[in-house]
Amino acid sequence: MDKLLQLLSKNSQFTTGEIAAMLGEPEDYIKAQIKEYENQGIIKGYQAVVNWEGIEDSFVEAMIELKVTPKKETGFDEMAKMCMAFEEVESVYLMAGAYDFALIVRGETMQDIGMFIAKKLSTIDGVISTGTHFIMRRYKDRGMNIFDEDNQADERSLIL
Amino acid sequence: MEYSRYMNSGIQSVSPSGIRKFFDIANEMQDVISLSIGEPDFQTPWHIRDEGIRSLEKGKTWYSPNRGFSDLLKEISGYYQRRFGITYSPSTQTLVTVGGSEAIDLCFRVMIERGDEVIIPEPSFVCYEPLTVMAGGNPVIINTKNEDNFRLRADDLRAAITDKTKLLVLPFPNNPTGAIMEKHDLEEIAKVCIEKDVFVLSDEIYSELTYGGRDHVSIASIDGMYERTIVINGFSKSYAMTGWRLGYALGPAEIIAQMTKLHQYGIMSAPTTAQYAAIEALKNGDRDVDRMRGEYDMRRRLVVDSFNDMGLSCFEPLGAFYVFPCIKSTGLSSDEFCTRLIMEKHVAVVPGTAFGECGEGFVRVSYSYSLRHLKIALQRIREFIEELKNGD
Repeated sequence: MDKLLQLLSKNSQFTTGEIAAMLGEPEDYIKAQIKEYENQGIIKGYQAVVNWEGIEDSFVEAMIELKVTPKKETGFDEMAKMCMAFEEVESVYLMAGAYDFALIVRGETMQDIGMFIAKKLSTIDGVISTGTHFIMRRYKDRGMNIFDEDNQADERSLIL
Repeated sequence: MEYSRYMNSGIQSVSPSGIRKFFDIANEMQDVISLSIGEPDFQTPWHIRDEGIRSLEKGKTWYSPNRGFSDLLKEISGYYQRRFGITYSPSTQTLVTVGGSEAIDLCFRVMIERGDEVIIPEPSFVCYEPLTVMAGGNPVIINTKNEDNFRLRADDLRAAITDKTKLLVLPFPNNPTGAIMEKHDLEEIAKVCIEKDVFVLSDEIYSELTYGGRDHVSIASIDGMYERTIVINGFSKSYAMTGWRLGYALGPAEIIAQMTKLHQYGIMSAPTTAQYAAIEALKNGDRDVDRMRGEYDMRRRLVVDSFNDMGLSCFEPLGAFYVFPCIKSTGLSSDEFCTRLIMEKHVAVVPGTAFGECGEGFVRVSYSYSLRHLKIALQRIREFIEELKNGD
């Protein structure tokens, strides 16, 4: 895998100088490479991984299973586009298995999400059924432990 | 009671390790960020842990054979063949020990007669000198130098050899300098050892951690050295298995037999659970080793680059997980540097002098930490250096 992308996907806060040192490449090359990835749309953006649990006025999220009838010409893509268009929808994945799409949907309350599904999602032409799973707590997100700080403490001791 | 009267005076005369002092200071401080630990920050890869757990579930809780389980001996032998091109008989030339440290101790006690000289290049891991003394030998120190990238030079070795010289300790890849010995360096050393009839204890515990495309070469693979080398290795550094306490020794059957006798009477056998896990490590752990090496390599480059950028010159270490920057430009001694760094910036590194007097003017910095941790620590060290320059 591309080492630069691997590094940035783990932590986008390294300076180009630091990345250059770590990968043993000139800094100018790293800068150009990042620009290139951004222009090509390979790097889509940079976001913080937030542990929302301690934050007031937070939100709830649900994972929604969607069974649909694919369209003859456009397959699943058209349905995906319709789902993506809702601002409540954070992520859309096409799945292999018991259902077709998995959506991550965000709302202020469980009620909100329920209404969204009932009124907007399940009424889309081609949606056969939905199944809703509310996310109660995040333990690990995008490869980061966001749950127990204790477990991350350095337990190594100096022995000699 | 006057307890010292009841205890062996030779043992009492050996001083405790010098790394401790800074650790004790660090322990009492809040908010200390340490770069002083000498073991992998990775946990043992899960599939290896799982084999240990599975062995316990199956009730494998008995002693192993003294030498170690035959499956493990075969895997170790196969590994040295595959990785370093050296053939050892699993049944007569291989011994599983409680960490590499036990193997070093056994080798000294088997080989050293009172008054024998043991040549130890420094800076190096703190155990060789005291273990030599406790085995009745006389340590003879060779100072390796920054300008030689802390490699052992054949002419220095030649100059240190007397008619009492029995053994040369070859601690490469090196803790604390990160130095390695390449094939051509070893060939020069081998010539001297063969000519002067000196045996070698080659401590290869960091053999999987070399960088820049320079694979570790064992001196035992050099012509004429196989029969005069005891190789020490283990699972701690390569597979992040420090706490399992498992190492091994490889060498001539006659010597391994005597080491096995000592091991048998003093230790009986290495931990059973650890041996089951280690078999899995050697069978299916190559990918984990590659992954960890890749991580270390990025950290190594970042740390070396940062120190050079701060104005603390730092030769490029090609092994282990330490850098050994020179701090002479600060005008401070190693001890002063480390003390002030921990007091003023709460960053713990180890003075080079903990690894031999010739470590004066250097500090050991471990990069066995996450990149995030390293970044914070390096920033604090940078501030410290700036403040020193500005005479604060």
